[in-house]
This record gives sequence, structure tokens and C-alpha cells, in this order.
Amino acid sequence: MPLETATPVPAAAAGEHDDLAAVRAARRRHRATVWGLRVLVLIVVFGSWELLSTYYIDPFYYSKPSLIAQRLGEWFTDGTSKGSIWVNLSATLQEAIYGFALGSVLGVVLGILFGRARLLAEVLSPFIQALNAVPRIVLAALFIIWFGLGMESKIATALVLVFFPVFFNAFQGAREVDRTFVDNARILGASRFQVLTSIVVPSATSWILASLHTAFGFALIGAIVGEYAGADKGIGLLISTAQGTFDAAGIYAGMILSTALALLAEVILGALERRLLRWRPPSQSAGAIGI
Amino acid sequence: MTPLVQLRQATKRFPNGRGGLHTAIRDVDLDIGAGEFVAVVGPTGCGKSTTLSLISGLQPPSAGTVTVGGDQVQGIPGGVGYMFQSDAMLPWRSVLANVAAGPVWRGLGKDEARRRARDWIARVGLDGFENYYMHQLSGGMRKRVALAQTLVNEPSILLMDEPFSALDVQTRALMQQELLRLWAGSGAAVVFVTHDLEEAIVLADRVVVMTASPARVKATFDVRLTRPREVEDLRTTTGFIEIYREIWSSLSAEVDIARKGQTRAA
Ligand SMILES: Nc1ncnc2c1ncn2[C@@H]1O[C@H](COP(=O)(O)OP(=O)(O)OP(=O)(O)O)[C@@H](O)[C@H]1O
Ligand SMILES: [Mg+2]
Repeated sequence: MPLETATPVPAAAAGEHDDLAAVRAARRRHRATVWGLRVLVLIVVFGSWELLSTYYIDPFYYSKPSLIAQRLGEWFTDGTSKGSIWVNLSATLQEAIYGFALGSVLGVVLGILFGRARLLAEVLSPFIQALNAVPRIVLAALFIIWFGLGMESKIATALVLVFFPVFFNAFQGAREVDRTFVDNARILGASRFQVLTSIVVPSATSWILASLHTAFGFALIGAIVGEYAGADKGIGLLISTAQGTFDAAGIYAGMILSTALALLAEVILGALERRLLRWRPPSQSAGAIGI
Repeated sequence: MTPLVQLRQATKRFPNGRGGLHTAIRDVDLDIGAGEFVAVVGPTGCGKSTTLSLISGLQPPSAGTVTVGGDQVQGIPGGVGYMFQSDAMLPWRSVLANVAAGPVWRGLGKDEARRRARDWIARVGLDGFENYYMHQLSGGMRKRVALAQTLVNEPSILLMDEPFSALDVQTRALMQQELLRLWAGSGAAVVFVTHDLEEAIVLADRVVVMTASPARVKATFDVRLTRPREVEDLRTTTGFIEIYREIWSSLSAEVDIARKGQTRAA
């Protein structure tokens, strides 16, 4: 029989085990080196800052790592001047998450819609470009007038910052769908709606995920700027209070907290991306496309 | 009785990017009967893929008529399967999900669709690869997936656009043999576009030669070789060589014209 006997790849044979172990060990060593060097970078940067501000520059203006660590310690043990640190952290996090969720859902839905509806895109694209050109951070002030000092105004600020990068990526992703995929699906019997859900959305997913990485950072910025403009709790408020009392260490401490939140979100989004894009060949999934 | 597929004076023009029109095919007349295996050969760029896209309903003709099953083609006619020249398997879906796509989209239950998909995956010789993604398969295996994906819908007209041209010689012969095996008894009509005259003769009941661009049907040759065929052995028989010479004398003239056109354009 001229049939090609195609069998699944067998599990690693006995001889291959040693190779596999060697490769794993090499990879472990490499990771250890990278992390070791990263820690070294931190030590050098913070160490020289500490030394400089102890001996040469004025720590009142520039603060120093030990003071910042002390301030952070106070916040977590005794609380801040604006109440428990956890209340402030969770307020900022909630605003960022709501703004992120609403902004990205809106961005994805509208982006894909515009990407597939040519006329709509052509008619509205100059308006969208104009809106994108507005310095949106200024809207934070307007939103406080509209929505008050509560969470809503911060969520709105985060939303408008998140929306545009997600929208543009979803739009591009929906446009760049391979024509052959769509034709093939139609021949196989897919309705218009099925083409949208089974071809267009998955095609655009890698674009969308790439934008979500930066988008959470924007959501945090939106929440913090909103709080900075006027709020009764949140990291932005802590920073603006610190500024009011010339507490440089407090400002740095606020920055470190928001950085920690952003890194946490990055880890979660990275895991989500790996899960959704696991069909990709390994070399490709590393390089995500920016906005 | 009207044939299953009928093109009458079918013409297709495309905007050529310089504000004008480019005629891809002109006044093509072609009949394809139910269950018939027709190979279409012609120089590159002459309009073979365009002809298939008219039959599939993906493109409307600019002039002339295309009928399938006696009805004018509007949208995609029922019973058409199409293996595209470029890769059309979805990279984010496993082999199983790619093959089951057609039945699911056509409204079959998920379980039934998967059962049929598994059956076809086995029939094209990919047993055990159900959960592989496209980038984990070889070129030949991908073509098998595409074949299974098309055949699982049990088309009565199968359009194939140079499906095996990217494969090495041995794999190609293997796939040709399998195509014949799968086609036998399916009752489907096949329109098989290829550059490779040997392939055309080995597979088809009839070989259609198209002219250089814009394509018309230049000549049609009946291939009276008995079935079932063994593709490897067939190539060396005198019957094969005779018909090869006959068709090549017709085709080579067009290939020359196309080649001269290209050197002039360059
Ligand atoms: N969608 C399109 N828009 C504009 N021009 C097109 C389009 N599709 C095909 N053409 C043109 O029509 C002509 C015929 O193309 P076609 O793809 O049918 O050729 P072909 O015979 O299949 O070639 P090959 O053997 O290389 O696949 C080419 O000159 C091509 O540029
Ligand atoms: Mg072609």
C-alpha cells in the first residue's frame, strides 16, 4: 500500500534523556545568570543613589532609598495620612481595572466593527484621528466636574486612555485578516457572523493582546492622574499629599506602589497571552507588536 | 441535459492598479459533467485561479454566464469544495478543529462534526495528529488536512488549485495516488488546476489547455487511460507518453508566448 505511514512523534527515547537534561540545565544556568545580573543592576543604581544623597546631594529634594523604604514601611504598618494603605491601593486598582475593562471592551468591539465596515471607517476616521489628538489627560479635570470626586471620574479617565490604543490595534487586526481564510470559511459554509467570530476575532487577537499590555499601564496612569486632580483616596492622592508637604520620599513611595501594580498586571496579561496564543510557533510568540 | 458546471463566454476583468482594467480570462467556454475529473493546464498568470473563483461563486463574472447544476451562480453554490492555492488552514486551530469547521458551520452538532472529522483525518492518513497545530505539521501533512477539511463536506464539485505544487516529487506522487483513491466512488466532479502536465494526465479524464493571458480554452484532450491508475507506473507507459506529446505540443506554444510576454514586461 502506497500510504504514507504517519505516526505521532514518539516520546523521547532513552538516549535523548541525557540531552534533554543537559539542555534544561543550561537553560537554568542562563536564567540564574540573567536574574543575578538584574539584582546587580538594582544594587548598583540604588546603592549609588544612597551614597550620592548621603554625601553629595540634598536628600530633602532628591530623597534616598533608605528614606523611601522607611516611608513605605510606615504606610504599611501605621497607615498613611489618608487612611489605611490597603484602602488606597485597592481604590486605585479598582479604578484602573474598571477603566481597563470598559475601555478595552469598547475598543475591541468598535475596532473590529470599523475594521470590517469599510464605509463606516472611511466616514468616521478623520473624527477618530481628531479625538485621538486631544490631550486626553486634561479630560481628567473635566470628568471631576461631570462625575464628582468619587471613583467614576477616575474610571472615565482610565477608559479614555485605554480606548484608543486598543481600538487602533483591533481595527488594524480586523483589517489584516487573510483573505484566503475568509474565502475558505465561506466555501466551507460559514455565515457572515461565523466568519466574524471564527476568523476575524481570532486573527485580530494577537494584535489586541499586544495593545492590552500597554493599555493596563495607561489605565493606571488614568486612575492616578484622576486621583491627583481630586479624590478622597488612592495612590494619586497620596502622591499629591506628599507633594503638598514637600515629602519627596512619599512621592517615590507612591511611584513604587503603582509600578508594582503595573508589573503584577503585566504578569497576569502575559500568562493570558501565552494561553491564548499557544498555537503559535515558539519563536514568534515572544515578539508582540506595539501600538 | 445541462452539464454540472457550465461556463459560457465567461470573462473576468480586474482593475490593474494603473486605473485601467486587466482581462484575466476572456470568453471561456467550459463544460464539466457530474463525476468527471478535469485537469486545467496553462502558463502561469493566465487565469486558471480566476476560472475556479468564478465557479466557486467567490467572484462574479464580468460578462458571460456561469451555471452550476443548471442554476446561474449567485453567491456560493451548494456542494462546492475548494482547495486554495495558498494555505488556508487556521493556524490557531488544531487539525481536528480545522477539519470539523465545515460541518460545524453548516449546523451539524459538535459531536457529530467531530466524529466525521476524525473519520476523514484517518482517511487522509493523519491518525494521531488530531491535536497538532498547523506549524507542527510538514507541508505534505498540511495538504492532507486541507483535503480532509474539504472532503468532510462531501462536495459534488471539488475545485483544486495547484494543491500539490509545493510538494517534493515523492510526496506529490503519493498525494496524487491518494486523491485518486479518495475520489473513486465519491461521485464528485473535480476541476484540478496544475502547472504540471504529467500530473494532469495521470489524474484526469480530460485535460483542458488554456491560452496565455488572457486565458481562453485552447483545446481539450480526452485521456483514455484505464482506471484504477497507479501514478508511478503510468508515467512510463506508451499510452501516457503519446498523449503527453500530443498535449505538450499544444501547451508549449502558450508557455512560449507567456514567457516572451514576461521578458518584454521586465
Ligand atoms: N483580485 C485580483 N485583482 C486584480 N487582478 C487579479 C486578481 N486576481 C487575479 N488577477 C490577475 O489576473 C491574472 C490571472 O490571475 P490568476 O491568479 O487567475 O492566474 P493563474 O493562472 O492562477 O496563475 P498561477 O498559475 O501563477 O497561479 C493575473 O494577471 C493577475 O494579476
Ligand atoms: Mg493560480
